[in-house]
Amino acid sequence: MVDASLKHLEQLRWQLRKDTVDIIMAGGGGHIGGDMSVIDTLIALYGKWLNISPGTAADPERDRFVLSKGHSVEAYYAVLCHFGFLDLSDVKARFSQFKSPYIGHPNNKLAGIEMNSGSLGHGLPVGVGMALAARMDKRSYRTYVVMGDGELAEGSIWEAAMAASHFGLDSLCAIVDRNRLQISGSTEDVMAQDSQQQRWGAFGWHVVTTDGNDLFSLDAAFAEAASTKGVPTVIIANTTKGCGSPVMENKAAWHHRVPTPEEYRQICADFNTHMSREVAHV
Amino acid sequence: MSEKMPLARTADAAANNKIANRQAICEVLLQTAADDRDIVVVCCDSRGSASLGAFADAHPEHLVEVGIAEQDAVGIAAGMASCGKKPYVASPASFLSTRSYEQIKIDCAYSNTNVKLIGISGGVSYGALGMSHHSVQDIAALSAIPNMRVYLPSDRHETRRLIEALLADELPAYIRVGRNAVADVYASAEAADLPFELDRAVWLRRGDDVAIVACGEMVRPALDAAALLHEQGIEASVLDMYCLKPLDRDALIEAAGSASAVVSVEEHAPSGGLGSLVAQVVGETCPRPIRCLSLPDAPAVTGTSSEVFACYGLDALGIAQSCAAVLRGC
Repeated sequence: MVDASLKHLEQLRWQLRKDTVDIIMAGGGGHIGGDMSVIDTLIALYGKWLNISPGTAADPERDRFVLSKGHSVEAYYAVLCHFGFLDLSDVKARFSQFKSPYIGHPNNKLAGIEMNSGSLGHGLPVGVGMALAARMDKRSYRTYVVMGDGELAEGSIWEAAMAASHFGLDSLCAIVDRNRLQISGSTEDVMAQDSQQQRWGAFGWHVVTTDGNDLFSLDAAFAEAASTKGVPTVIIANTTKGCGSPVMENKAAWHHRVPTPEEYRQICADFNTHMSREVAHV
Repeated sequence: MSEKMPLARTADAAANNKIANRQAICEVLLQTAADDRDIVVVCCDSRGSASLGAFADAHPEHLVEVGIAEQDAVGIAAGMASCGKKPYVASPASFLSTRSYEQIKIDCAYSNTNVKLIGISGGVSYGALGMSHHSVQDIAALSAIPNMRVYLPSDRHETRRLIEALLADELPAYIRVGRNAVADVYASAEAADLPFELDRAVWLRRGDDVAIVACGEMVRPALDAAALLHEQGIEASVLDMYCLKPLDRDALIEAAGSASAVVSVEEHAPSGGLGSLVAQVVGETCPRPIRCLSLPDAPAVTGTSSEVFACYGLDALGIAQSCAAVLRGC
């Protein structure tokens, strides 16, 4: 049986991609490629799996989320706006502007953001701490940390990977946005990250590999993570950098490129095409 | 004018102390954790070095051992703090202050999490182990981070009062203490003997010839230096500037403004430490001849702390000689 809420999110993901690009266009900067690869994960989390809303943002039982690949903040802003934490028109008006609260990486002075990030390799240790606190306080919330694949070269990630399995933190779920590109090119050329399955497995994690640009696959992965006991789970979300438009898909140059007006029109047209297909499919 | 606080003991009496400042921290946490389930100590295979063995035995559920992984320790502590816990990360100052510097900057200070960083065996406590184990950059490094407080208490009594005060707030802070028991500065931790107020320097002595500003383990020799100077007819103020950040500007300006010269004393590299902080304030507000006594900009010589201090003129005699020299204009 098809999950109706997921069908709604299927359509939403093209609108939120458009919002993300609009934020980047308005601010004159951003990390568009990673935004497009990770946004489906964010939508699946905020649309279904996280028990967070603006009204429960201070609830001790809320699930915790950390965007460790903080440079994908534009997609995060778009998702937080849609789910009521932030106001999209305000974000678009002030992103990256003088004295703006909407800076180029997550800041926990904004509603819905738990921790600051930006420098890579910080999110997983923080997530371990959140999951440990849940256990100490006998709370049932879960903790989710989204990382990039280039980020995995940071040693602090593996210190935390070691600790999470040592402590048996099954309430912790890490997601790797495996888009296989980083600013200088292929991850495999810069610092090889294959094979993720063996690496995380050797560190004692339950490993789920999925299509990170497919909400139904992501949904199944999150369900598997939630039902895994005794060890933390990592979801290797295989994604396409720049997902949604051939203008930018799988091109390292689009790590943080701002579209020209012509490219913007084409990108929006591509999003519309996707959305039309989703609507037709429904 | 000479006014001596009755609180400071003589050097001989004070030298009998056997309790290191790190032990004083453990005692406070041990007592507090019995009633506060949010207190957590995070260790990097350092519970013994931090004198936290008793804490680990009494409150194992309040102890998180992360192994030799300082970055992880600070990130984990920040995550716990964001969920309402009150973590104290205890690890050698040399590794904690620089190995995990970025976690301190982003996860603690920038994210404004209630993480207290306890740098143990600070300065040249590990005298014979070499520069890898010396932490003489930590004041400069940590005080350069917005929203990070930096404290170097002088003795076990002040350490106790400082930790008790920090337990009452929810902001990040770095506290450096040495490895060994040091001579007492104060007769006790009682308010009558130690007029402690968070972020206010303690006046140990008032004199109008030279103002000596010291922190951490340098306070006791600074006080003893003032006694030596008194014998020569030179009257010194002595400020226990345990609060490096925020620096007690008011006390400093008062001390410097009423003296002919200023001398700072610290167990730290010459750049960016107490001397730099003092010189900034004195230069801006009440320019005076100033001498900044510190360790050199070089790997410190091998030896015990007291041998190293004496080598670089950071003992009572050396401090007194520097004070006399700066007053002579040389």
